[in-house]
Amino acid sequence: MPEITYREAVRDALTRALREDEDVFIMGEDIAEMGGSMAVTQGLLDEFGPKRVRNTPISEMAIVGSGIGAAMQGMRPIVEIMYEDFLTLSMEQLVNQAAKHRTMSGGQLKVPLTIRTQGGAGWSPGAQHAQQLEAWFVHVPGLKVVFASTPEDVRGLLWSSIYDDNPVVFFEHRTLYPLKGEVPDELEPIPLGKARIHREGEDVTVVATGRLVHDALEAAAEAESEGISVEVVDPRTLLPLDEETIVESVKKTTRCVTAHEAVVRGGFGSELAAVIQHGAFDYLDAPIERVGSKFAPLPFAPVMEQHVVPHAEDVLEAIRRTVRRVG
Amino acid sequence: MAKVEEKAGSGGRRVSGDVLRTFFREMLLIRRFEEKVEERFRAGELPGFLHVAIGQEAVATGVCAALEREDVIASTHRAHGHTIAKGTSIDKVMAELYGKVEGCSGGFGGSMHLYDLEVGNLGANAVVAGGLPAVVGAALAFQFRGEKRVAVAFFGDGATNAGTFHESLNLAQLWKVPAIFVLENNGWAESTPNTQHSPLSIDELGKRALAYGMKLIEADGQDVEAVHLATLAAREHALSGKGPVLLHLRTYRLVGHYIGDPQVYRDKEELKRERETKDPIDLLRARLELSDEEFEKLDGEITAEVEASVEFAKAGTDPKPEDALKYVYA
Repeated sequence: MPEITYREAVRDALTRALREDEDVFIMGEDIAEMGGSMAVTQGLLDEFGPKRVRNTPISEMAIVGSGIGAAMQGMRPIVEIMYEDFLTLSMEQLVNQAAKHRTMSGGQLKVPLTIRTQGGAGWSPGAQHAQQLEAWFVHVPGLKVVFASTPEDVRGLLWSSIYDDNPVVFFEHRTLYPLKGEVPDELEPIPLGKARIHREGEDVTVVATGRLVHDALEAAAEAESEGISVEVVDPRTLLPLDEETIVESVKKTTRCVTAHEAVVRGGFGSELAAVIQHGAFDYLDAPIERVGSKFAPLPFAPVMEQHVVPHAEDVLEAIRRTVRRVG
Repeated sequence: MAKVEEKAGSGGRRVSGDVLRTFFREMLLIRRFEEKVEERFRAGELPGFLHVAIGQEAVATGVCAALEREDVIASTHRAHGHTIAKGTSIDKVMAELYGKVEGCSGGFGGSMHLYDLEVGNLGANAVVAGGLPAVVGAALAFQFRGEKRVAVAFFGDGATNAGTFHESLNLAQLWKVPAIFVLENNGWAESTPNTQHSPLSIDELGKRALAYGMKLIEADGQDVEAVHLATLAAREHALSGKGPVLLHLRTYRLVGHYIGDPQVYRDKEELKRERETKDPIDLLRARLELSDEEFEKLDGEITAEVEASVEFAKAGTDPKPEDALKYVYA
């Protein structure tokens, strides 16, 4: 199995879809000659030309909205929104239009649109280039929401998102782009709505997304040296959610920590906690702990930024808290 | 598409009398339909929030008659006229207003979300200017595939202040996609007059196209022939590869923003004057020199059709409550 980076894995899925399917095209800000602000689309202009690799004006409503229109005509547009902070500019089109056309039309229309975006702290951009807003979209019926954490997952999930007949908001994490991992020789689509158990354990389940999957694995290794066996589950698709895998895991371990980089309040961890307490109420031996950012716009100074966002130590501390509850 | 005759010797175009009569019939059908909707709403039979297009019939008919079936439209909250003119039967529209399975959106959409994919209606939008970006995308798909089709967005003067309007015009002109932006300028953004919503005067709103280097075509929105010829010209331009067109049509909303709107914001004398001098149906009737007898006969037929649409709708099937979740995902 070849080893590639998360960035290359995204590019590989895009390349294959563009090669195989005339209905696929990509558009976004700076994605052509520049290759995207994260260099994900580098080289695609050379292979596929400016018609299918389209630079756009800085115009998020029109970028997303024109993607919707092309998708309604049966194309499979892939739109890149440079930073997920800028998704806020296209919220009307995503929430009122993309998500609702199918229902409003009584099933006449489909919107097979993929919105790729990225975010994440750790490089001191300040408050408007690193938020994690995935939970906003989980609240909208009609959208699907994906957040991939490894090269293998990001490739297989992006492929499935492109070929899903619904609008999919696809989150990538900025700090994961250089991450290397093995992928199958041939692209294997990963179905949306299937969680991945990264590590099996007996005492505590950590349900983590994005960068925090890796922090959770680090925390789990540390916990093991303290005699705590940790299971790490990545939902991968936040909407629809693989509730069964998550609930079954917690029934086994009886304790749960949720972990994401987004702020805790109203974050995806809150939804997970609700699902888990309902599905595994009689099994829980401790309150569910939620790990996430402190409730503040991201500050610029690196020491403050690092104070706000969660790290492996925060996950480890939460694991310890759940275990301490039962003496 | 209706036939257009070349006017002998002038090099100009005009619409034949026969075609104008078909336009008249459709405009009267829309008018009687809308009046019936007002009546049934006031009788408490229709749920929801309804906006009728009384006074704006020449826009719907003149534009849609210039389109081919495979051309697509996106409409607004004031959608009944556009929908009927694009080819959806009044039975299906009325059934939708009654929330029935037989409705053009299966009871899922309602008055502000009329869809009919079979005739190229991509849906009416209840967010002002919300439908414009998707029209750019539909036109982009036609351009990609080399199809001779246009995508048409209807919207009002109020929409020209929304970001989506400006972003859509910019992108459409940049990519020269075959789109027509129909500015149905009735001078009101709901209850707010043009003088309070735009720094441009009411007749100048079309100039906004020029900021994007876009072709502007203007016509009197109460004159169905003028609307029709302007739309044909816009369609030709859009399909020529030169880019989209802003089609600016000055029209008059001869009723309130919504059914039941007391219009406290409107000068009653002015409204009366507009009703007397700007009604597109009166104007066309005079031009066609229809006798009272001819008019009564036609009106009788149309009134019966509209009555029948109410009967059709009332006899329709109520959706099962649990079907509400049927189309959340494809």
